[in-house]
Amino acid sequence: MNKFMNWIDRRLPVSNFVKNHLSQYYAPKNFNFFYYFGALAIFIFILQIVTGIFLTINYKPDAAQAFASVEYIMRDVEWGWLIRYLHSTGASFFFIVIYLHMFRAMLYGSYKNPRELLWLFGMLIFVLLMAEAFMGYLLPWGQMSYWGAQVIISLFGAIPYFGESLALWIRGDYVISDATLNRFFAFHVIALPLLLFALIYLHLAALHTTGSNNPDGIEIKQNKNEDGIPKDGIPFHPYYTVKDIFGLSVFLLVFTFIVFFMPELGGFFLEKDNFVPADPLKTPEHIVPVWYFTPFYAILRAIPDKLGGVLAMGLAIFVLFLLPWIDRCSTKSIRYRSKTYKVLLSLFVISFISLGYIGMSAATPIMTWIGRFFTLIYFGFFVALYFTSVNEKTKEVPDRVTMHD
Amino acid sequence: MTDSKTPSNRRKFLRNITQVMGGVGGIFALIPFLSTMSPSEKAKSAGAPVEIDISSMTPGTYKVVEWRGKPVWVVRRTQDMIDNTLEDNEILSDPKSLEDHQPAYTQNKFRSIDPEFLVLVGVCTHLGCSPLYKPSSNSTELGIDWQGGFFCPCHGSKFDLSGRVHAAMPAPYNLEVPPHHFASNTKIIIGDDGDNI
Repeated sequence: MNKFMNWIDRRLPVSNFVKNHLSQYYAPKNFNFFYYFGALAIFIFILQIVTGIFLTINYKPDAAQAFASVEYIMRDVEWGWLIRYLHSTGASFFFIVIYLHMFRAMLYGSYKNPRELLWLFGMLIFVLLMAEAFMGYLLPWGQMSYWGAQVIISLFGAIPYFGESLALWIRGDYVISDATLNRFFAFHVIALPLLLFALIYLHLAALHTTGSNNPDGIEIKQNKNEDGIPKDGIPFHPYYTVKDIFGLSVFLLVFTFIVFFMPELGGFFLEKDNFVPADPLKTPEHIVPVWYFTPFYAILRAIPDKLGGVLAMGLAIFVLFLLPWIDRCSTKSIRYRSKTYKVLLSLFVISFISLGYIGMSAATPIMTWIGRFFTLIYFGFFVALYFTSVNEKTKEVPDRVTMHD
Repeated sequence: MTDSKTPSNRRKFLRNITQVMGGVGGIFALIPFLSTMSPSEKAKSAGAPVEIDISSMTPGTYKVVEWRGKPVWVVRRTQDMIDNTLEDNEILSDPKSLEDHQPAYTQNKFRSIDPEFLVLVGVCTHLGCSPLYKPSSNSTELGIDWQGGFFCPCHGSKFDLSGRVHAAMPAPYNLEVPPHHFASNTKIIIGDDGDNI
């Protein structure tokens, strides 16, 4: 075995790679619950790729056949229902996990110097993931697929001068049609997954360059022993591989329960209207995007102007990219930050969840006004953070990570 | 002799020009790829005009036909609807149809060639949903001041019976009137201006 590995290592540094990134890659020893979600996101990415491949084996990207081929997968293909529900539930869970992963970064300041690039790659992954999910949602060619895509592509039409031509170019037709379905299929199964793969690689490469942040927001690399190993670090393998496998088991318990017993989750994960084939001549009474888009959708609806709404929605996502520069406080973790930040972050979370709820509800005047209120809080968070973080009263950060053992 | 490690200006120039030419070539190579995504000849030809037979329509009825994959409505107005259509109405955002969302020959309060027949593209100008036909002004479902018209269920935009948008609605413009003409008393051609200018 040793001889074999030597032979390999002279040609490809496998052992070195395993050392540098697993067995002698030192991660902070004080990771908590919130540190499961990166590994879980990778798991779901792989799950989506694998289930996706098996879905394409039976799916037909053709406006005349798509809806029927999905039903064929559900009824006639052996275990087809499982593959499809794993994929559709996986999509929703991808967003649950990513939102928690991002929330973690906001709790512990993981986007701050020196991890800005890591955050930017993560944000790009998030944006691509939204595109991936949106295009995937068109493929079953149900009513909500069709009209959801109609609404989202029309957003591009709001851009002055070339918006309409851009929307035409995206659709490849004057309306959402077979041409649109076919190209969304191509983007969904090959173009975006390849880009996502590349970005996840860069995200991890950047992570392993700076090392992980931790709930105390301490740079463990600043405190090394005589062997050059961080005193507060433990090898990723076996400690965190085992921890992540435990987390994965708990995750799968919840995940598979939903896959088996409530894959539509009362219309949250798969909307009821999507069990009706797409009909270009009839709009469903109530068009709502899937839950993970609704916070941004509520912001779109809050602005009583088409272009303004689109810009506000774009800004709501774009402003997150700037977070490392908006938050000017050098203390990373919320544990040592001021009460102001705790209040601001709580308000932000409340506004995000409320916007998500409003985005799902019918656009009554009252809901629109509540939506406007929370849109204001959403953006207010960033403005307030910019001004309060510069001279924030923080507690003293300890030299070493704190453990509760 | 110049120092072999610092390239001569001539060499630098050649190198830069090669990079620029390569870059330009690369950009031009994108054109065929991006062009494949434009509407194909087949999609363009599917945008051909369609014919509607209106002989069977009684006043107050409404008909939907498909043109370029979009719903096109034909409404035969009742005398009441014609009488109640006002030139200027304060609840409307663009009552005189000044914005260019109709052919010039329908730029009137009815937004029609013949006041009796309204032809509209049934796609909300907000985000492309198809509004619902709610002609009854007696119904209070859409508020007590509802005078009949179209209501978009997606984001709540309201339009009057000429497809003119109410003020302060998500939809920015009046509903689009497609190019159309009367081929005879019982036939409307949609997608072609005919002799109208």
